[in-house]
Amino acid sequence: MDTPMTAESPPGVRNPAQADVTPILALDKISKVFPGVKALADVELRLFPGTVTALVGENGAGKSTVVKILTGIYQPDGGQILLDGEPVRFATAQAAAQAGVTAIHQETVLFDELSVAENIFLGHAPRTRFGLIDRRAMYTRAGEILESIGAEFDPGLRLRDLGIAKKHLVAIARALSVDARVVIMDEPTAALSHKEIQELYELVEKLKAQGKAILFISHKFDEIFRIADRYTVYRDGQFIGEGAIADVGEGDLVQMMVGRLVDQIFPKRERMGGTEILRVVGYDHPTEFADISFTLHRGEILGFYGLVGAGRSEVMQALFGITKPSKGAVRIDDKVRVIRSPADAVREGIVYVPEDRGRQGAITALPIFQNVTLPSLGRTSRKGFLRLAEEFRLARDYTSRLDLRAASLDTELATLSGGNQQKVVIAKWLATKPKVIILDEPTKGIDIGSKAAVHEFMAELAAAGLAVIMVSSEIPEILGMSDRVIVMREGRIVDTLEGDAMTPENLVRRAAGIAEEGAP
Amino acid sequence: MTQIRTIPDRLQSPWARRLKSWESLLLVVAVTIFFLNSMASPWFLDPWNLSDATFNFTEKAMIAFAMALLIISGEIDLSVAPIIALASTAMGFAVQLGFGTPALVLVGLGVGLLCGAFNGVLVTRFGLPSIVVTIGTMSLFRGISYIVLGDQAFRGYPVDFAFFGQGYVWWVITFELTLFAVLAVVFGIVLHKTNFGRAVYAIGNNPVGAAFSGIRVARVKFILFLLTGLMSGVAAICLTSRLGSTRPSIAMGWELEIVTMVVLGGVSILGGAGTIPGVVLAAFIMGLVTFGLGLLNVPGIVMSIVIGALLISVIALPRLWERWRVR
Amino acid sequence: MILRWLALRETILFGAILVLLGVIYTRFPAFVAPNNLIRVFNDTSPLILLAIGQMIVILTRCIDLSVAANLALTGMVVAMLNVAMPELPIAVILLVAVCLGAMLGMVNGILVWQLQIPPIVVTLGTMTIFRGLIFVISDGRWVNSHQMSAAFKAFPRSTILGLPMLSWFAILAVILFIVVMNRTTLGRAFYAVGGNPHAATYTGLNVGRTQFWAFTISGALAGLTGYLWVSRFGVAYVDIAGGFELDVVAACVIGGVAIVGGVGTVTGALLGALFLGVIKNALPVVNISPFWQMAISGAAIIIAVGFNARSGRDKGRIILKRAEAVAPT
Repeated sequence: MDTPMTAESPPGVRNPAQADVTPILALDKISKVFPGVKALADVELRLFPGTVTALVGENGAGKSTVVKILTGIYQPDGGQILLDGEPVRFATAQAAAQAGVTAIHQETVLFDELSVAENIFLGHAPRTRFGLIDRRAMYTRAGEILESIGAEFDPGLRLRDLGIAKKHLVAIARALSVDARVVIMDEPTAALSHKEIQELYELVEKLKAQGKAILFISHKFDEIFRIADRYTVYRDGQFIGEGAIADVGEGDLVQMMVGRLVDQIFPKRERMGGTEILRVVGYDHPTEFADISFTLHRGEILGFYGLVGAGRSEVMQALFGITKPSKGAVRIDDKVRVIRSPADAVREGIVYVPEDRGRQGAITALPIFQNVTLPSLGRTSRKGFLRLAEEFRLARDYTSRLDLRAASLDTELATLSGGNQQKVVIAKWLATKPKVIILDEPTKGIDIGSKAAVHEFMAELAAAGLAVIMVSSEIPEILGMSDRVIVMREGRIVDTLEGDAMTPENLVRRAAGIAEEGAP
Repeated sequence: MTQIRTIPDRLQSPWARRLKSWESLLLVVAVTIFFLNSMASPWFLDPWNLSDATFNFTEKAMIAFAMALLIISGEIDLSVAPIIALASTAMGFAVQLGFGTPALVLVGLGVGLLCGAFNGVLVTRFGLPSIVVTIGTMSLFRGISYIVLGDQAFRGYPVDFAFFGQGYVWWVITFELTLFAVLAVVFGIVLHKTNFGRAVYAIGNNPVGAAFSGIRVARVKFILFLLTGLMSGVAAICLTSRLGSTRPSIAMGWELEIVTMVVLGGVSILGGAGTIPGVVLAAFIMGLVTFGLGLLNVPGIVMSIVIGALLISVIALPRLWERWRVR
Repeated sequence: MILRWLALRETILFGAILVLLGVIYTRFPAFVAPNNLIRVFNDTSPLILLAIGQMIVILTRCIDLSVAANLALTGMVVAMLNVAMPELPIAVILLVAVCLGAMLGMVNGILVWQLQIPPIVVTLGTMTIFRGLIFVISDGRWVNSHQMSAAFKAFPRSTILGLPMLSWFAILAVILFIVVMNRTTLGRAFYAVGGNPHAATYTGLNVGRTQFWAFTISGALAGLTGYLWVSRFGVAYVDIAGGFELDVVAACVIGGVAIVGGVGTVTGALLGALFLGVIKNALPVVNISPFWQMAISGAAIIIAVGFNARSGRDKGRIILKRAEAVAPT
């Protein structure tokens, strides 16, 4: 299996310029399994010197997992990593770094209290002959690296005092401070302004000219077509295809990303013409979102689609009383309501199933039944005293409706699978008899069977007259479940799609801000 | 409707669970120490001696109950002993003004509540870490006692005030022991049988998740600080009454013994787990060890080695055992 | 401008100390005389030494409540060693003190690193154990001044360039640890581990081992101070420096060391200690009962922690483009 990858080019490769070049780094039939989920199935990836390869795919396609395998944070369960055609193992993050593979992660893993230069050189700072850190050399070299990427600020600044964009440049500088041959950029422009993005493009050109191989992960089609030379598409952890950017159009890529229109079976539902239950008017937040207005009806499932970080969860958390909007009003059943805390929201009949189940959604060290009854203790208790029999009854009622699989109701929630934990969180909120239930990425990281159960149950809830808001980044789920879809981008609502307008292409274009017909 | 499968409420009976718990282990330890003591010293089993021995832990345990709730919720209050000092000083001051016993009790409880409220506001309103805040108030509260008293002492408490620390309810049963028992039951019920107690556990395990479940986290924590302050006030009344005088150094170092008692009782210092019966047993164990070694003429400071070693080993041994089992 | 911002906390504290001295000067000019300032510094030196060690421990998100007990135990051991072998040179005594202190610190460190026991529990436990051990080894007896050899007692008082040896130790420790904290990989690791343990692991740092070294340093400094303390006061017994650990933590908190870890400087710890030292020495001079000292340091802790906490508020995500433009860069 040590033969160079180019010898067995799959049909997708149409890049004759590189037919005889060995990739610096390649993945050969790499797979990775997490409990209940196959994150990657025999995926391929080839990174050539002096070439920018864009890795494209929807959320959950396996991009982040690939990055973690390339940087030694995860170990693959099958297949091999080839460095200059030779199989290698990256046992630790340091091993990958020593092999010349560096990554700029989505969330910057840096140190706020250290200076810029120290962040760049932590762990490999230049030394004086006494073994001390050579600050002068460190600051000089940091300044040089920063200058080389067009980041002209003082390396002596403390990281805390920098904005997100500049922190990102520091992360890039750190990646360059080791002699990198492969640079992975995981959505590097997500937090950058227009000007900074232009500067980043120039930087990528510079790195290319130096012969480095660049893996560029992005959701933004304009930038993929602007700077990438090649593309690789994943979908649902599978390798779909690769080739030269020059040979494809946006439409082709979107088609490869989303694949068949809807590849899961969703419950059939009749759209109900219920009365309005919730109206949000002009919600504003200083930094997270602006001008959010929408209505929600009984028996409706309203989808919220957007890229990660578009502000959807932030809007929902404001609605649930976690954060405070600076402006705007909520009307429930046409009466203005003030929601200052989750307790207020629950009292008004609005409940929220958060995306971060382990931290926000559940208290995993408590038993199942206690999780279910936590917000309903007022009903199961008498004069503030617990009544365990009532609690078990309530917990049994709601968990059985969701087809929960567990040994007993007093087992710790932590022992259940993600899907079953999610059922408990949903049961917890249904037990409060809400009017509006907000589900934030309700099926993220859970197995297929539980997914179907959650979908089916959502349909049942809507049929019973409950109003449902579903935040999701999965296109099939959004299209399969929602009556209407609100698309958000950069903290604002960009469009509301209904009926025939609800197509994968429309969603992707609206969310990424691509013009209607094949833009440059 | 999909087919309904029923999940059993429990697999183990509550009794089976209790049998395997930390509390049963503590009970075994307590009984063992009791036997060893009674064999080691002929004076141990004397009812009056045993009755005297309860003073070793009753006052501390009163605070430990409230502290247990506070630590389960993920906070801590290191200023409890200085609250005793301040409350006692205030009572002594009130005596100089000619206050009677009922007023003294109100002063003691009131100062305790005020101190608790002060800690609570700093932690819940301003979001400061409770460990530093209470290290600060620890100096502040005792410092005020020192300012008022210097190297002097307040004496002259009314005769009937002596009942709280020296009175007997029946035969050898002291007022303090009775109060200890009543408070143990009350705190046990609050923690284990009420909505409030459930909220305390939820907050200690995951404050964010608790807030996302509609629990008013700051309010619960504030009440717990109040409660800890109040119990320090109660302990101050008992201790002052027992000693019959107030010095600013009163109850010096108690906060550590109280925290030790709570942790020995099986309360996780990281929050989220622990029981009142465990704390009661830990109080007995610490009292018995102190008393027994005292009978054997072992000085108090050596007992602190035992207490310190207990504190570390009750956490270390289960982890070492776990590690050894995995290998 | 940048440098000024970096040192803002320290500058404010330094200003506060100057103001304090100025106020005292208006009523008792003699307090600010160089000789008296040297005396105040010398008196504060033990606190400075311990505060540096504590600062490093707190940086790594731990706390060491056993420093005062460590000081007392090490002090008792070297005092008894001196009584048993009066001929032993001071250099050996110093070495024994530092090594013993470091070993006691390592005990804390091992328990935190290998068994992941919360540092507050570990050091509460070792604190009482160390105190108890003093009683066991000394049988509860005091080692008094007349039992100690002359050289043993004279060492911390001997002066070089007009400064007592005790002060020199504090100065050397400040310089040494400014270098260690800023110019060595370990020093920077303390900041990294406390500031962002997750990222530190990504960077290849071992969080537990770094904490272990922090406890070892804190212990070594406590051991050194143990000898200096016992020889200076000419007495060793169970309760010396009782409750001193709280003064040490107070000095750190006042010096801007964040209890949540990752933030703090040697200069901050030094200034925090000096602030407390000036107050303690000034109170009797300005005719305020020394009993005020405790309450004042308590209030100072609370004010300082409130001050520190205000800078670390979570501001939420920045999603809107218009917000990004306003955000600090």
